[in-house]
Amino acid sequence: MADSGEDLLIRFEELTKTFKVSSRGFGSERITAVDHVSFSIRRGETFGLVGESGCGKSTFSKIALRLVEATSGSVFYEGRDIYKMPFRQLREIRRDMQVVFQDPYDSLNPRLTLEELAAEPLRVHKQGGKAARRERVESLFNDVGLPTSIMGRYPHQLSGGQRQRLCIARTLALSPKFIILDEAVSALDVSIQAQILNLLQDLKKQFNLTYLFISHNLSVVKFASDRIGVMYFGRIIEIAEKRELFSNVLHPYTYALLSAIPGAGLEAEKRRALMQAGAPSIFNAPKGCAFSSRCPWSKDMCGKEPPTLKDMGGGHCAACHFAGELELNLGL
Amino acid sequence: MLKNKHILAGGAIIAVMIFIAIAAPLLTSYDFSELDFASKNKPPAADHVMGTDQYGRDVWSRIAYGARVSLTVSLAAVLIAIVCGSFLGVVSGYLKGKFDFIMGRLIDIMMAFPAILLSLIIGAALGASIRNMCFSIGIPLIPIFYRVARGAAFSVADRTFVMASRSIGSSGVRIMIWHILPNVLPQVFVVLSMGMGGSILAEASLGFLGLGIPQPTPSWGLIVNEGKAFMFTAPWTTAFSGLFIALTILGFNLLGDGLRDHLDPKLRTLSA
Ligand SMILES: Nc1ncnc2c1ncn2[C@@H]1O[C@H](COP(=O)(O)OP(=O)(O)OP(=O)(O)O)[C@@H](O)[C@H]1O
Ligand SMILES: [Mg+2]
Repeated sequence: MADSGEDLLIRFEELTKTFKVSSRGFGSERITAVDHVSFSIRRGETFGLVGESGCGKSTFSKIALRLVEATSGSVFYEGRDIYKMPFRQLREIRRDMQVVFQDPYDSLNPRLTLEELAAEPLRVHKQGGKAARRERVESLFNDVGLPTSIMGRYPHQLSGGQRQRLCIARTLALSPKFIILDEAVSALDVSIQAQILNLLQDLKKQFNLTYLFISHNLSVVKFASDRIGVMYFGRIIEIAEKRELFSNVLHPYTYALLSAIPGAGLEAEKRRALMQAGAPSIFNAPKGCAFSSRCPWSKDMCGKEPPTLKDMGGGHCAACHFAGELELNLGL
Repeated sequence: MLKNKHILAGGAIIAVMIFIAIAAPLLTSYDFSELDFASKNKPPAADHVMGTDQYGRDVWSRIAYGARVSLTVSLAAVLIAIVCGSFLGVVSGYLKGKFDFIMGRLIDIMMAFPAILLSLIIGAALGASIRNMCFSIGIPLIPIFYRVARGAAFSVADRTFVMASRSIGSSGVRIMIWHILPNVLPQVFVVLSMGMGGSILAEASLGFLGLGIPQPTPSWGLIVNEGKAFMFTAPWTTAFSGLFIALTILGFNLLGDGLRDHLDPKLRTLSA
């Protein structure tokens, strides 16, 4: 991709993660959860990553920060490859890059108080004395909209939304520049989702943050992001500015996702075709385009040759042999 | 903490035992080793509240002084086992891989020996003294605590909050101390009672085999075993010393259960 002259914060290059899964009986199989994913995120933007459950979003968020080792690929944070860094340096750079995990019910140690949890990043990086840390924790609680009166409580005494606020407070403690939000609102009910989304927008402005916003829910991603990447079966199949993506869909899978949004005018017949066939099994990935078995426009070559991600102009990339040739009109 | 009935009851029993051990000289009117052949195997009476043994020694005096030895030795032994077992278990469960594999095999080898045999071997190697006794009883108990700690640590290590801590830059040591250990200890406390029981019994068995604490210091195990030959003609010797062993084990059982509940913030707020 030609990202000439742009202020890139982080660049992922050919990131791949395969898992060895032992199957019943003998031997084991390899599955590719993330498959040569490359894209970059500009300073200050919110990049939305959308894809259905199990397509590898959480795995990507972990290898993106090297919390789990990638099988291959590189991540350049401000020009430096975090996969070539010694662990000592990596620990330092982790102040800058934070992540809010998918499950707010499992991401807080049940045996520590909220204050201890919020202060942990400060203790780890030996910032301030006891009093200074307490002050900082109080201001973090204010930032994320938690009352300081509950600082002595334990995580199980919080609601899902409050837990997520605390997780966000923890990530903010070290004044990071980049935050990955993995399904940050998916576990919450709709009214709380909106509150957290607004909180995230406010924090982003206040602290000049850059987000990688991950969700299976396109409406949420649409609300939050400037640019969107669509993931299918471990690969990025389309990337575009939000407006461009919604007005000029290039990949049939994106089309399928968008058509699920209320208001999209999709012929009943096509919709049925898209919804009918399930996702292919991760154990016998198709040779060609992974979407070919579900795609109503699929031709012979789609099942044989995997398409590559091509720039179709203005940074709008799609991985489809027939990108631009199909009539994907949503009437949105 | 005092609201928990188990901790209260268990703690009370243990406290009484410790009090007896400390205040033994004040609570007894006979020397524990004073022989009196004129009154051997006497049933409980006003002058000998728990009767006398086959040498005419006052059973209550022997039990009271025996508490000193039995409690110190089994407590120290369990302490050794808990510290070593939890430490190795947490490291194994967190690191997984090679370290875990090798530790697992070593523990398997230890468990292949009957605990008492292992105690005998270690005891013989170290020589007879109260301090060595603690090691010879404690070391064979390590696998109990190791297995529990390792199993708990293994699953805790996969929880999201562990990765969350790594993501803010925590080191492995920090994660083990702050995140793994607190979530492992409650499970370890549950087997504490088992360890205490095992260690009091091990001490008794060693005493029986003549490999325990050098005579004439009495220990509960020794008293039971000495009285065994007269179990039918003079049952009080074994009965009373056995009762103290059983009560102490019960006390530690209750304490172990109570501590587990107390250390779980979820259960604590429910009962408070
Ligand atoms: N540790 C692991 N071992 C083996 N397979 C794994 C592991 N972690 C993830 N996978 C597999 O990799 C694939 C992608 O999983 P991942 O959790 O990244 O999906 P996701 O997009 O985050 O899904 P969701 O929306 O449900 O969170 C899945 O098929 C999953 O079963
Ligand atoms: Mg996920």
